[in-house]
Amino acid sequence: MTTGDATLTDAAAVTRWGVEPSGVKPRRFSPARLGIYGFLIISAAFFLIPLYVMVVTSLKTMPEIRLGHLFNLPQTWTFQPWIDAWLHACTGRDCFGLHPGFLNSLKITVPSVIVSIIIASINGYALSFWRYKGANIFFGLLVFGAFVPYQVVIYPLIIAAREAGLFSTLAAIIIVHTIFGMPILTLLFRNYYASVPVELFKAGRVDGAGFWQIFFRIMVPMSVPITTVAVILQVTGIWNDFLFGIVFAGRSNWPMTVQLNNIVNTTTGVREYNVNMAATILTAAVPLAVYFISGRWFVRGIAAGAVKG
Amino acid sequence: MASVSIKKLGVSFGSLRVLRDLDLDVDQGEFVVLLGPSGCGKSTLLNAIAGLLDVDAGQVWIGGKNVTWEEPKDRGIGMVFQSYALYPRMTAEGNLTFGLRVARVPKDEIARRVERTSELLQIKPLLGRRPSQLSGGQRQRVAIGRALVRDVDVFLFDEPLSNLDAKLRTELRVELKKLHNQLGSTMIYVTHDQIEALTLADRIAVMHAGVIQQLATPKEIYRRPLNRFVAGFVGSPSMNFIEGKLVGSNGAPALQLGGGFEIGLTGYGFERMPGEGRPAALGVRPEQITLHPNGGGASTFAVNVSLIDPMGADSLLWGAVGTDTVSVRIGPDDEFSPGDTVTAHFLPEHASVFDAETGARL
Repeated sequence: MTTGDATLTDAAAVTRWGVEPSGVKPRRFSPARLGIYGFLIISAAFFLIPLYVMVVTSLKTMPEIRLGHLFNLPQTWTFQPWIDAWLHACTGRDCFGLHPGFLNSLKITVPSVIVSIIIASINGYALSFWRYKGANIFFGLLVFGAFVPYQVVIYPLIIAAREAGLFSTLAAIIIVHTIFGMPILTLLFRNYYASVPVELFKAGRVDGAGFWQIFFRIMVPMSVPITTVAVILQVTGIWNDFLFGIVFAGRSNWPMTVQLNNIVNTTTGVREYNVNMAATILTAAVPLAVYFISGRWFVRGIAAGAVKG
Repeated sequence: MASVSIKKLGVSFGSLRVLRDLDLDVDQGEFVVLLGPSGCGKSTLLNAIAGLLDVDAGQVWIGGKNVTWEEPKDRGIGMVFQSYALYPRMTAEGNLTFGLRVARVPKDEIARRVERTSELLQIKPLLGRRPSQLSGGQRQRVAIGRALVRDVDVFLFDEPLSNLDAKLRTELRVELKKLHNQLGSTMIYVTHDQIEALTLADRIAVMHAGVIQQLATPKEIYRRPLNRFVAGFVGSPSMNFIEGKLVGSNGAPALQLGGGFEIGLTGYGFERMPGEGRPAALGVRPEQITLHPNGGGASTFAVNVSLIDPMGADSLLWGAVGTDTVSVRIGPDDEFSPGDTVTAHFLPEHASVFDAETGARL
């Protein structure tokens, strides 16, 4: 009965919305529309003004900044602060700018994203199709893990890393990121695979494919949308991380966020606001770029929950 | 060719016992349809035969081999699903060959089988397309091809036509029947559609509540249902049931309705005569009843006409017999109007009588 009703409503919706628009044609500038756009413009400005201030400040010279005209455009444009931020800014004793941090962040993010997504997708696949003994308990624990505050488990993790001889290494930070990405990523993949018709899995089994063959040859090729979502989540999350980076990575592997903090909080000498602003924008550039480039895919990934065919 | 034999099969999901002590023997080359309402266990039985779920008890034999604990791929079966279940990121050809590639069948052998199968199902022009570029009927053809290409003796169909529109369903049904005649393979087919069951099957197994209620030819199922469930489930519009008490066990059996009316049952072949006054239900199909405005005879009852449904080729008359509602198939030009009282006549030897308590055929 319910399915019948649903189809009926769908059909009605198609004729009502899909084929030919009916009803009054919306006027271009009705008061409601004006209100909506007004609100949107104000919200956009609210978020963009700080960014604007950052950008113009980063392009000003220090004497000009001292004048205090926060919103003015630079009188003399300079890109020196950006170069300084990338190459020469001092983090404590070293004065190599942000670029070592950028490389460190790459070294941390790329393997963490790859490892965590591979493990989480296998988890999700096994949880939704193979229903092994204790699968529900395992899944319950994982989901529970998503609600544990990070700070609570940091100390035990430090001890564990120390005992394993991994503390202050690249491996430690990659493992930590993989662990903390696991609950949400597994949930993501499990729910995606739960939407895949189970008959597809059965067909694979009748065709003689095993656990890995079904995974790699049937499921993985179907997982592009959800993997895109997972990559976006992980890249932005890991890139923006500060806490784990400073605790587990070790001085030589400190990610960009930690270096940025050190540049901005340097207490000696003059506070170079323009360099700080440039450094901040540089650090935020990667997640921003990910959103801008993949925004379309992000939406598509969420919308692609229903697999056809 | 291979036969399929189910012995004392038991399947549970958690504490829910879906199948219990189920026996079924399918001869080689036979087309058996598992027919029943949703939740009757028919798909579970098919999945158990395919090896897609673990059984709690009993055995599954295919081709004279106990395969109860074999992997699906080792059972010599091909399976077709309701949702087609084509691998979405592979072409039609990729779908056909996936199982063969997994089994590392030599390339020229794969090519030969694809050639033969696509010829048989007329899907050659579709081989390069993705499932999303195929229509529903084409998808199901490819899915059937994926089962055929495996070169197996037993085919399992899980409601393969349910997702198609009515016209395509009829077309593919005819094709499936032809295919069965051509291949001569054993086929087990699950459906809730009685037309599919009646047209395709050599034998139908009507299932209800995890039990096979009757396993017989379509004709037998239709004419001599073993119990009231089978009688009511098969046939559209369904069989009329008139409740009453059996009297006259000593020669002139009759069904006594409330109010003293009696419907004579002389000529009905009772398998066992129940005691005098036993509550029973008389089952007569709508097309077995003829109406005489002023008729007479032994096996008659009066019908108060309440409604006429014209259905094109014929019409359906609905009326009341005592407290029961009956339908009668009448000619499209027969003139009856609501409010009339007409006399219905039927041949007892073609009717069914069921025990009111157990539902078993008497």
